[in-house]
Amino acid sequence: METQTIKSTQKSTKKTERISGSEAIVRCLIEEGVDILYGYPGGAIMPVYDELYKYQDKIHHVLTRHEQGATHAAQGYARISGKVGVAMATSGPGATNLITGIADAQIDSTPMVCITGQVPSHLLGSDAFQETDIVGISTPVTKWNCQVTKAEDIPSVIAKAFYIAKSGRPGPVLVDITKDAQFNEFDFSYEKCTQVRSYNPVPLTDVIDVEAAAKLINTAKKPLIVWGQGVILGQAEEQLKAVVEKAGIPAAWTILGASAIPTSHPLNVGMVGMHGNYAPNILTNECDVLIAIGMRFDDRVTGSLDTYAKQAKVIHFEIDPAEIDKNVKTDVAVLGDAKTSLELLLPLLDKNSHKEWHQQFKDLYQIEFDKVIKKDLYPTKEGLTMAEVLKEINIRSEGKAAIVSDVGQHQMIACRYADFNVSKSNITSGGLGTMGFGLPAAIGAKMAAPEREVVSISGDGGYQMTIQELGTIFQQKAAVKIVVLNNDFLGMVRQWQQLFFDKRYASTEMINPDFVKIAEGYYIKARKVTKRKELAEAVEEMMKSKEAYFLEVCVEKEDNVFPMIPSGASVSDIRLE
Amino acid sequence: MSIEDKQLFTVSVYTENNIGLLNRISAIFQRRHINIESLNTSPSEIQGVSKFTIVVNITEVNMKKIIGQIEKQVEVIKAYYHKLDEIIYQIAGLFKIKSELLFEERQIQNIIKESNARIVTVNKVFFVLEKSGKKEEIVTLYNQLSPFGIMQYTRSGLIAVTKEEMKISSLLEAIKNN
Repeated sequence: METQTIKSTQKSTKKTERISGSEAIVRCLIEEGVDILYGYPGGAIMPVYDELYKYQDKIHHVLTRHEQGATHAAQGYARISGKVGVAMATSGPGATNLITGIADAQIDSTPMVCITGQVPSHLLGSDAFQETDIVGISTPVTKWNCQVTKAEDIPSVIAKAFYIAKSGRPGPVLVDITKDAQFNEFDFSYEKCTQVRSYNPVPLTDVIDVEAAAKLINTAKKPLIVWGQGVILGQAEEQLKAVVEKAGIPAAWTILGASAIPTSHPLNVGMVGMHGNYAPNILTNECDVLIAIGMRFDDRVTGSLDTYAKQAKVIHFEIDPAEIDKNVKTDVAVLGDAKTSLELLLPLLDKNSHKEWHQQFKDLYQIEFDKVIKKDLYPTKEGLTMAEVLKEINIRSEGKAAIVSDVGQHQMIACRYADFNVSKSNITSGGLGTMGFGLPAAIGAKMAAPEREVVSISGDGGYQMTIQELGTIFQQKAAVKIVVLNNDFLGMVRQWQQLFFDKRYASTEMINPDFVKIAEGYYIKARKVTKRKELAEAVEEMMKSKEAYFLEVCVEKEDNVFPMIPSGASVSDIRLE
Repeated sequence: MSIEDKQLFTVSVYTENNIGLLNRISAIFQRRHINIESLNTSPSEIQGVSKFTIVVNITEVNMKKIIGQIEKQVEVIKAYYHKLDEIIYQIAGLFKIKSELLFEERQIQNIIKESNARIVTVNKVFFVLEKSGKKEEIVTLYNQLSPFGIMQYTRSGLIAVTKEEMKISSLLEAIKNN
């Protein structure tokens, strides 16, 4: 009650100003600390753009070349900074073009607020020009959404949108605002949202559960940690490292968990999942206690659930109660955010080293090295491999670059071979697998963290899905390093066709344009490499460039990514060739 | 019954009164191809809080997962599921029948009397019967009346209260006083 009294006094003393709904939208964004937003203007959002023009010294609007690019840029911004990304579009097609990025942010738990214009409220439901029911359409792919038809509702709804997007398990929120609500004037004041009564973003961590987890871990002979993005979103990197080091537990990561603990850390045993490392996949089915931290047992991680870690006791540290027992039955569930839970866990853990258990990981790594890694990194054949490009980037960046990948073979190679020595360095579309994500996401990442080296790595397929964002890079002078690993194929689909469809390469070969010319058309420095002897020098030139740089590397056309767990198979059935 | 066997569950969802929420909740069932047997929305015992009562025929394993997905929605306060024997429930059926039959067919009067159905209205053309009870009772009445000819028939969604005390009341009170 006391806090409420204080709050209401604050409210009453706060000055109000009579402004339009559209000005209020911009003022709300500034109040929420938004410095950059990505979008595309159009009829129903024009009043807001008019205000963005007036406030351009306070908030920078980036005109992308497609609304999908705006969402991915907002995602890249959010993923590298931990802040809420903001995308804006007009009604109708502008709004529907946001959907792919919203769905991507939903499944990858990325905090994002999308603002769409809508036809005036008296026209709602009349099939007006550029009217679409975007609230209806976006419902299944948003954490929350809302249509505003009254100017005076704008501040409270936007405040709620930001709070919901970033709290608990983050996600995308869409706010649809009718044009009359943008035009109408009202008495503006802004108060940040700190609670929604029906919404409990972070469940309380029960100490009894933490104790049960500690007991299991302390008695384990072969414990294995698999961590996910929850560690990064919960800013629990240090806590995870402390737990791993104290208890001496081998720790593997999901694709979105990458970079929370540096690649070079001796207890980091690599990536789990379909194209993950051999040892953590095989040993998932040999560990006695599996400790999942901020991950959701995606099917690309587990393979067949019937044969996944059946021998192990499973501990699940998780912020979202709906994830508990969703895919894998847990023995001990610890609810709460990763940081709090791991902080409670650490003092309860016994010191351990698990030497023999670690040796098993080392032995299996050696097998993977001999059969896969050596050929990828130090090929003896003429054709270039994707992995050697990553190796060169690692050398030039000292493993500090943020790698923004697209979707496909190059993505798996990037995740497998990039050195991630700084957290929030692996920006990629994990859950949705959105081709075209990489290039615009790299723009957002670079603009959010200009001090960091941001390398966009795409295949020739995905690159062409959002290639027009080269225009945004040029206009914004975003110093993104753009690498296209060109095999003239939709490589991952081709790999599956080779392995599971008797090499019937249906619609996977690409007759590609001159990518260098296209980049040069956007006034971006560009270079193409076809031979190994040129590669190191070309990568060095790219990494040294102070501005955007495009590098096309023509790689072996029909290389496959291994190891591989065939779809629906057990993690134990991981193939090395 | 094993948790892997399909059975009828009643889902009670306490929510904020929000326009889009029905969509959000029904989408959770739609994604998993679960047919909603019946759905009712109404106010709850707490002012300003709505209650959805949804009946589905699924396994308990899936039921638990779906409750998690429903509770995850921002504007859902709490969701519960119950087996039919854990609740007191009622369904209402309405039957519109030609008025002449009421006087010409003696049997109809007996059926009405024995079924404990209530005559809601009578006019020259038709009369309307209302019967509340379990689904089977309403279906029985339908089967008895249908040989005489039913002009219109409809059945409501299931509404229920639990036998056990629902902690939701105190939870909502706590929220209200917060």
